[in-house]
Amino acid sequence: MTLEQELQNVAPEKLVVENVSKTFRQRRTIVHALDNVSLNVREGEFVCLVGPSGCGKSTLLNIIAGLEFPDSGRVVADGKPVTGPGRERMMMFQEPALFPWLDVLDNLMFGLKLKSNLNNRERREVAQFYLKLVGLEKFIHANIHELSGGMKQRVALARALAPNPRVLLMDEPFAALDALTREQLYGDIQGIWEKRRKTIIFVTHNVREAACLGDRVVLFSPHPGRIREEFQIDLPRPRDINTVELAKHASAIRGALKQHLVSEEAEVPE
Amino acid sequence: MKRALVVVVFFALLVAGWEVLYRMKIWSPVLVPSPVTVGQYLIESGKDGTMLQATIVTMRRLLIGYFLSIVVGLPLGLLTARFKFAEDTLGVLSLGLQTLPSVCWIPLALLWFGQTEAAMLFVVIMGSLFSILIATDNGVRTVPPIYARAARTMGSGQFHTWFKVILPASLPFIVSGMKQGWGFAWRSLMGAEIYVTILTGFGLGHLLHYGRELNAMDQVIGVMLVIIVIGLLADKILFSPWEKFLYRRWGTQK
Repeated sequence: MTLEQELQNVAPEKLVVENVSKTFRQRRTIVHALDNVSLNVREGEFVCLVGPSGCGKSTLLNIIAGLEFPDSGRVVADGKPVTGPGRERMMMFQEPALFPWLDVLDNLMFGLKLKSNLNNRERREVAQFYLKLVGLEKFIHANIHELSGGMKQRVALARALAPNPRVLLMDEPFAALDALTREQLYGDIQGIWEKRRKTIIFVTHNVREAACLGDRVVLFSPHPGRIREEFQIDLPRPRDINTVELAKHASAIRGALKQHLVSEEAEVPE
Repeated sequence: MKRALVVVVFFALLVAGWEVLYRMKIWSPVLVPSPVTVGQYLIESGKDGTMLQATIVTMRRLLIGYFLSIVVGLPLGLLTARFKFAEDTLGVLSLGLQTLPSVCWIPLALLWFGQTEAAMLFVVIMGSLFSILIATDNGVRTVPPIYARAARTMGSGQFHTWFKVILPASLPFIVSGMKQGWGFAWRSLMGAEIYVTILTGFGLGHLLHYGRELNAMDQVIGVMLVIIVIGLLADKILFSPWEKFLYRRWGTQK
């Protein structure tokens, strides 16, 4: 912490991304996934990263999770630089990534068993609490293949929440679901976010979804992946994705997105 | 219940047909004995303990050798899946040796170890080790990387991920590899026992061999039946529980 910050006595940001760059070398091409990206996220904030595919938003999420490392720059969580994955930053993927050899309860217990401050009875209680939170307490001993896509993603959410992370990283978690299930989950995730007061970083390419969920929507553009614009969404919660106000916000973001894509194409000689 | 009845009726008819063929005296009774004589042989050899003794000797060789194959093959399979160096050396070697029919190890085993238990164990191990190793390697390679990523974000370390995620995730492959390994071991052990007299124990294969020497077709068929039954029981006892587990959890049709 610098002297200036010390004197100002500002509350430290929950999560700070500082000048992160990352390139992937493929056989012939070099992909600039992230180019000098900086982002601050406050405690309890719901931030959506939105942009077309290939804009590096998932890469940024992986770097925040500690699953990948930046070529330059760094990520600081709670004042400590991120050096690897840790359960204070839990990740949820587009696929549920549930373990088929375990039943629903044991999938939740997987992360809990790695927490040494709980005994097994307490772990079970915690698991049951979160299963109830996602409305699946009846499926505690179900096998994974017996669940529908939406139920699987709910279990994955419960599994990510169970070890009580302070930050939840979600990488297009609802992209593979049908529209109805997805809308239900928008409600669920907002309810859980309010009840459990998590900091959530949510990656999506669906602008409306971003406007529905985020306090703030961060717009990315690709080649190289950069942050272009930020939008504050100050609609009351819980939000319904089908309202007119939300559509207005979404269309503003979509307009900006198109504009950046057009100027992008003008820049790249092809 | 109905299915059990079908099975019983089918086998009863099979034996009855056999008896009818025997009574028609188309072939010499030396070559086609009555099922009754075969039954008598089985009862007698059961009473005087020769069958039990031979079964114990054979099963001991098979189980010890197979157990050692798993203990060695599984970790080596993990190694070849994890490290390029192991893949390029041990992996290639295993793939080569896997193509060798396992009875081909018998002459080598006899020259190295003589007519001993060690030779038998060696044959069993060579028969099953490589299929277990290769199946483990295959299984690990097909595990979706997202499982390990999910586990790591939950705080799972290197070893924990290997034992609690990658190993169980590759179970479907490992079980089928173990089954294949069992089949190879069983076949090569029978080959070895029929082929050579082992001074340290008289197994089912020897019983079969001496049945031929004595022209005792009832003994030959009787021992073959015992070998078949052991194969079926092994499948039920060793693999069926695993396959049921895989079916229940993965929902895969077996």
